[in-house]
Amino acid sequence: MKSIRIGSGAGYAGDRLEPSLELIEKGNLDYISYECLAERTIAIGQQAKLKDPTKGYNGLLEHRMEKALPLCWEHKVKLITNMGSANPQAAAKKCVEIAKKHGLDGMKIACVTGDDLLPVIDKYMDTEVWETHEPLSKLPGQIVSANAYMGVEGIIKALEQGADVVITGRVSDPAIFMAPIIFEFGWDMEDWDKLGKGTMVGHLLECGGQATGGYYAEPGKKDVPGVGHLGFPIAEVREDGSFAITKVEGAGGIVTPSTLSEQIVYEIHDPENYFTPDVVANFKEVTFTETAKDYVEVTGATGKAKTETFKCSIGYKDCYIGDGEISYGGPGCLNRAKLALEILKERLELVAPGQFEEMKYDIIGCNSLYWNPDYKYNEEPSEVRVRVAGRAATKAIADLVPNEVEALYTNGPAGGCGAVKRTREIVSVASILVNRNDVKPEVEVFTV
Amino acid sequence: MKLYEVAHSRTGDKGNISNVSLIAYDPKDFEMLKEKVTPERVKEHFKGMVKGDVVRYELPNICALNFVMQAALGGGVTRSLSVDMHGKGFSSYLLDMEI
Repeated sequence: MKSIRIGSGAGYAGDRLEPSLELIEKGNLDYISYECLAERTIAIGQQAKLKDPTKGYNGLLEHRMEKALPLCWEHKVKLITNMGSANPQAAAKKCVEIAKKHGLDGMKIACVTGDDLLPVIDKYMDTEVWETHEPLSKLPGQIVSANAYMGVEGIIKALEQGADVVITGRVSDPAIFMAPIIFEFGWDMEDWDKLGKGTMVGHLLECGGQATGGYYAEPGKKDVPGVGHLGFPIAEVREDGSFAITKVEGAGGIVTPSTLSEQIVYEIHDPENYFTPDVVANFKEVTFTETAKDYVEVTGATGKAKTETFKCSIGYKDCYIGDGEISYGGPGCLNRAKLALEILKERLELVAPGQFEEMKYDIIGCNSLYWNPDYKYNEEPSEVRVRVAGRAATKAIADLVPNEVEALYTNGPAGGCGAVKRTREIVSVASILVNRNDVKPEVEVFTV
Repeated sequence: MKLYEVAHSRTGDKGNISNVSLIAYDPKDFEMLKEKVTPERVKEHFKGMVKGDVVRYELPNICALNFVMQAALGGGVTRSLSVDMHGKGFSSYLLDMEI
């Protein structure tokens, strides 16, 4: 039976580079896909594009492609990525430039666009926002981006036109892994069970090292060898949709039913209804079977018909967050930290009464991660760190939080040390559903 | 006994929703986990942290439970005031639960 091998080149925007190069060189791959877009990434990219129309793609694109493109060309591996972010066309042109420099004559580099709905966002002003349950028009700040999660269609079109490299903006994470499977095997786009399996492949690969023992190690209970040189996962997918997950022999990490169990449940809600633009996948009955060392067969994923809507992420200018930290150590440190928080509460009420939309007062080392009031934390830590964060409508007000924390140096409890301060402008993301007919993927192919 | 002794966990985030898995090391413990770790107990464990409902799903073949917690992330990763904006540390906190 025909089969293909797909590698996972990145699990997030800033991921390590060497594991993907190791895969291209030693993974016997047909494809490598780099997943590099978080929920807010495009909104930030869109702002970069506004300032400079040649920017707005992933900041590590050049760094990655300088190494990956020549290797892919040499080993006949096709590369698919959503590193195009807010500007897939500019990213593709940059890749053409890099490919030319390396003499990769004849390489075809495609960009997939059509996810950007900002030009038509006005027609959705009455649409309900998931997070607020109010119409889009009621969002508090200026909308800076609107991107639909597209499916596999545009990527498949690019592959049909002979693309060696496909660069997209917003598409569903599994799509960059499933598109080559559908293309290679000529699957019917309404064979829902097969698409369910293809989505399972994508879901297990989309977070890179999280399938091979990354984000997994628990010394003494879940030991993982070689996390410092973790290998990224490979899916070996057969024409009938059966597949296994593995890694390059000798690479760090492990592939076991246990590592894959943590990844299958990662960022899903109802396992019977995993919504994507291409299919509603069902992971509930999935089984993992280790048939060789670091080689796990995955069976039991199915699917049902896709919905008529696409999810669309809206980026908007939300607020400013100011936060500051200062440490206390030695005997009595917790009491001094508690006093510091009391002082800060008094100060912020004095300098900006009623000006903060929300505040959070933490003692790192005690209750910053878990603030259940009944949680029993260690009452005698050897050091603690006070941290205060506040949300405000303007930068000037938000700045008061870190400034007041820093002022504890000369005005607060004894022995405060290591203060840091920052204020960030916050672009937040809200979600709506849009009609799939409003989203038309377009493909442009450049030949080096 | 803490859940840490018998299960492992990973947390994911989507918007303001956190999902925390609970996976039995030994399949023999899965029925016990289903009985003891109810959505109500998890909601109580996350008191003050999770503001919305907690719903539990099952993946029986891999002995996993998935707790989906609404209004759990201070508005979501983009606007949360928490040190841990993603709530990624919630998995370790769930394993601290006594059963």
